[in-house]
Amino acid sequence: MKKLLNTLYITRQETYLHKERETIVIKQKDEKLGQFPSLALGNILCFGRVSVSPFLMGYLSEKGIGLSFFTEYGRFLARVQGPESGNVLLRRSQYRWADDPDKSMLVARLMIAAKVANSRTVIQRDLRNHGNNPELKQAVDKLAASLRSVQQVKTADSLMGVEGDAANCYFSVLQQRLRKDHFQFNGRVRRPPTDSVNALLSFIYSMITQDCVAALQGVGLDPYVGFLHRDRPGRPGLALDLLEEFRAGWADRLVLSLLNRQQLKSKDFVTEASGAVRLTDDGRKTVLVAFQERKQEELIHPYLQEKIPIGLLPHCQAMLLARHIRGDIEYYPPWTLK
Amino acid sequence: MDDTLNISAIQHYAYCPRQFALIHVEQAWDDNRFTAEGLLLHRRVDGGEPEQRGHIRYERAVLLKSERLGLIGKMDLLEIDTSAGYRLIPVEYKRGRSKTQDWDRLQLCAQALCLEEMRHVDIEEGAIWYWETRRREEVRFHSSLRARTEAIIVNARNLIRNGTTPPPTEDRKRCKACSLYELCQPDALRQDHSAAYIRDLFKP
Ligand code: SF4
Repeated sequence: MKKLLNTLYITRQETYLHKERETIVIKQKDEKLGQFPSLALGNILCFGRVSVSPFLMGYLSEKGIGLSFFTEYGRFLARVQGPESGNVLLRRSQYRWADDPDKSMLVARLMIAAKVANSRTVIQRDLRNHGNNPELKQAVDKLAASLRSVQQVKTADSLMGVEGDAANCYFSVLQQRLRKDHFQFNGRVRRPPTDSVNALLSFIYSMITQDCVAALQGVGLDPYVGFLHRDRPGRPGLALDLLEEFRAGWADRLVLSLLNRQQLKSKDFVTEASGAVRLTDDGRKTVLVAFQERKQEELIHPYLQEKIPIGLLPHCQAMLLARHIRGDIEYYPPWTLK
Repeated sequence: MDDTLNISAIQHYAYCPRQFALIHVEQAWDDNRFTAEGLLLHRRVDGGEPEQRGHIRYERAVLLKSERLGLIGKMDLLEIDTSAGYRLIPVEYKRGRSKTQDWDRLQLCAQALCLEEMRHVDIEEGAIWYWETRRREEVRFHSSLRARTEAIIVNARNLIRNGTTPPPTEDRKRCKACSLYELCQPDALRQDHSAAYIRDLFKP
C-alpha cells in the first residue's frame, strides 16, 4: 500500500511559507520558525492568516503535495490544485454514473449501509463497557432495522429518509456515550455549531473531508461529483459521500475519546456573541495532534485484508471506488469497522 | 493518426497488458523509484552532440515515428556504421540486466521498424546495453520478433480504443517487480470477492 505521508498544520497566525531548495520554510516576520524537507510531506493545511509564496504553491502541486486553506476556526476556504491528472475516461464514467439514478443508487446504498453498520458497531462496542444500558441496546436494534431498510429501498429519496432516521437514532444516544458530564449534546447542529461537541464534530468532519478530496483527486476521480450528495456549487459531493463511511468509526470515536479522556476541557472552547461555539487555538492544536496520531494507527482493511494506517483509508476507498467504476469489481466495497 | 502510441508502451504491454492500461489508458502514473531512476539514466544518455569514432557515428536521443504503425518515440542511441556500406544500428540503454523474456527486444524492434520506415532501409540488428551487468547484447530483428511487435501494437491500440483495463496478470512474479503494484492492487483484484463482501455488510 501507498505510504502515509506527514501532514503539516500551520496554525500560528501571521506566518509566511516559502520554498528554499527542496525544503519548506515557515517564517513569522523575519524569524524562521521551522524548515521541513518536502520529501516526507503529503499535505499542508493552513489555518487563518497564513500566506504562501506562489513559487511554493507551484512546487507543491508539481510534487503532488496538497495545500489547502481554512479559516482560523477550521472552515474550509480553498485548495491549490495543479494540472489535472490525466484520467479523463474514468471521470467520464463517473459523470455518467452520477447522471444515472440506478448506478448512483448502487454505490450510494452501499456507502449508507456502511455508515449505518458502523454506527451500530460503535454503539455495540460502547455497550460492552456500559453494562446493561437499555437505550444503547435499543439503538443497536433500531440501526439493525435501518440496515435492512437500506437494502430494500428503491429510490434515492427513501434512501435519504432511512439515512436520516438512522442518524437521528445514532445521535440520540451520543450523550450516553459521553462519560463526563461537562459536555452537553442535544443532537447534531451545524453551521454554526452551538455547543462544544458539535463544534468538535464539525471540525473533525471537515478535516477528513479534505483528506477524501485529496484521495479522490489522487486516483483521478472528481471529488465534486457525488452519487449521494448531489451537485451543489463548491460542495465536494463525492468526498462527502466517502465521509459517510468514516463518520462513526473514525471521526466520532476520535471526538468521544478526546472528550472522555479529558484531552479537551471546557476552556478549549469559546462561545461567540452569536452563540456559535468554536475551538480555541490551543484546543485546535490538541485536536490536530490527536487527529494526526490517530491516522498513524493501523488496522486490517476489511476488503483488502492488508494492514494499513487509518490515514490511508480515504485513499483505499477512493482506489476501490475507481476500480469499481472501471469495472474491475462488481460492487463497491465500502469501509466497515470490524 | 489520432491514437499514436509511444514506443515505451510496447514494453509495458509485453510485460503486462494491465500495466499498459493503467499507464496509457487510465493514465494513472505512479512515479516511484523505478521511473525516477529511469529518468536519471536517460538524462545522462540524452543531450550531447553527435560524435564520430572511426567508422561509426553516434547520434543520441533520436526522435522516431512510424505512420504505418502509429508509433512515436525516442531512441537512446543510433549508431551509423560506414565501415562496410551504410548500416543503422539502434541501441537502447536499460537499467537492469538482460531478461529471459523479450520485453526489451520487442521495444528495440519497434524502434527499428520506425527507423526503417523513416530512412527506407532494412535494419537487421540492434543492441541493448545493460547498466547493471555492463553488457551489450546484440538483437537480431528476425521475422517472428517483428510479427510479435506488430501484434502487440494492434492489441495495445485496441485496449486504448475500448478504454478497458484487463485483469491482473497470472504471473505473480511480475507483480513483485512492477512499479505500479500499489496502484494496481493485483492481489485484491485478481479475484472479485465484492459480492460476498456486500452480503456480509447487510448481515448485522
Ligand atoms: S502489479 Fe501485476 S497485474 Fe498489476 S500492472 Fe503490475 S504486473 Fe500487471
